[in-house]
Amino acid sequence: MAFTRREGVRALLWLSPWLVGIAIFFVYPLASTVYFSFHRYDLFTLEFIGLDNWRYAFSDPRLLQSGLNTLWLVVFMVPAQVLFALGVAQLLTKVKSGSSLLRTLFYLPSLVPTVAGTVAFVYLLNPATGPVNQVLSWIGITGPDWFGSAAWAKPSLTLLALWGAGNTVMIFLAALLDVPKHLYEAAAIDGAGAWRQFRDITLPVISPVLMFSAVTGVIYAVQYFTQAMIASRVASGATDSAGTSFTPGYPDGALLTLPQHLFQTGFRDWSMGLACVHALLLFAVSMVFTLVLLRQFSRAEAAS
Amino acid sequence: MRRRRGLVWIARHAIAIALSLMFLGPVVFIVLTALMTDEQALTSRLWPDQWNWGNFAEVFARSELLTWTANTFLYASLATIFMLMSSIPAAYALSRFRFRGSKVAFLVVISAMMLPPQVVAVPIYLVWARLGLTDSLWPLILPMLFGDAFSIFLLRQFLITIPRDYTDAARVDGCSDLRILLTIILPMARPAIAAVALFSFFYCWNDYYGPLLYAGVDQEGWTLSLGLATFKAFHSVQWNLTMAATLLVTAPVIVVFLFAQKVFIEGVTLTGVKG
Repeated sequence: MAFTRREGVRALLWLSPWLVGIAIFFVYPLASTVYFSFHRYDLFTLEFIGLDNWRYAFSDPRLLQSGLNTLWLVVFMVPAQVLFALGVAQLLTKVKSGSSLLRTLFYLPSLVPTVAGTVAFVYLLNPATGPVNQVLSWIGITGPDWFGSAAWAKPSLTLLALWGAGNTVMIFLAALLDVPKHLYEAAAIDGAGAWRQFRDITLPVISPVLMFSAVTGVIYAVQYFTQAMIASRVASGATDSAGTSFTPGYPDGALLTLPQHLFQTGFRDWSMGLACVHALLLFAVSMVFTLVLLRQFSRAEAAS
Repeated sequence: MRRRRGLVWIARHAIAIALSLMFLGPVVFIVLTALMTDEQALTSRLWPDQWNWGNFAEVFARSELLTWTANTFLYASLATIFMLMSSIPAAYALSRFRFRGSKVAFLVVISAMMLPPQVVAVPIYLVWARLGLTDSLWPLILPMLFGDAFSIFLLRQFLITIPRDYTDAARVDGCSDLRILLTIILPMARPAIAAVALFSFFYCWNDYYGPLLYAGVDQEGWTLSLGLATFKAFHSVQWNLTMAATLLVTAPVIVVFLFAQKVFIEGVTLTGVKG
């Protein structure tokens, strides 16, 4: 495959708007973020302060807490969502009656706007009038305080994530239906049971899709912002129309994620230099997972 | 053997029914609550004593719901149109031309797609502030003129599946790139373009972080997400009104889905397959 110069020039021409965009919205701000991280900046005064922002960030207990919360989402919420979606997709391949109705049913909640879904879940799980705890009480279980308790707040968000997993279910379902039938037939003749068929045929064939889903899931978990912010806000009853004070993380910082802490620091407290330190930490974390994904892509491209 | 298969069949269907109830349950309770009277919403009775359809009108009367809907619609449709104008040519170049650096360009697309928006928020905010465009939705719309990484990625994944022979033949006949794009690529890529447009529209419709950063304090300039997020705070004990508002925000999305179901499912599959 020879590269021709003429084709290169044409590609450059066609890519130029996007290249300008990358320069303005990716390269420049990233470099600028590094610069600001060594400065104190509040929109009015800019002052070089060396490593003070970095030193402060690493002694900030809320940064540690927000980092641990984000880590919790990566370690528990993402695997829960992937496994759940895989289970549902597997079930959908087996259940024949009413399967298109079931598909629509499982997919629809993933379309509910994020804010609407979160507000609804805070209501459904509220301990006073919420239906979930009442239904639980019918069978003699005293439900927890869900979004009001530090221990249950993140599991509550995980429930919300499972409810909205329809997207992933559809992706897995397509992958599962793509597995060649004759492989299963051959395995069945050899006497392989359902579990062995799943482990030795299904998993290897769909593993690229699974991997892709897990990595993008992790990247979205690292960015997790809206659901946590809304849940804190609605459950605590606070507003955030500027001027009033709302500190994200209710209850007890249990829902404070790294992007929220950054937002609060930069755009509510206007400590923009410090926020840039948070931004670079967030960048480092997301880069690790992006590299995993990139490696996978180069492998797939090489294979095709 | 027969009996065992029967049991498996029953187990599967039982699980399917239980799951359906879990997926459907929240919606049922939301609808029931949205139709309760103010007094009943304070109690723990789950079935409405009387059906209070007026709640929906009440939401319109007590909030700027129509203004928010108009703002959200303007944001989502302009952003989507701009995105298509800028992303289709970029995806075309990435999928059709052989040039030094095409691999690197694709890796940059993926990196940009995976970059959390909060990472570069501070410098970009400062630029918009200097231009006097904060307190509006323009900082969310105008960048779409320069291409959106996720859309470029998806379009490119689809376009590489169109055999080169089609475009090579046209090139031999002396077709320009623009004509190839318009007359050959666009018609073939219609499902992918529709999917990308829908995703973009929905992303904007749902976006909370962007408007929270830029829309300002004046409710007149808010989007549905911003409005709904504060709705509960202003009507604190009235869960019935909050649920009615939630349904009103969700309804358009569901309606669009029912009309464009195929586009959605195809699009979703497109996001997952290549990897």
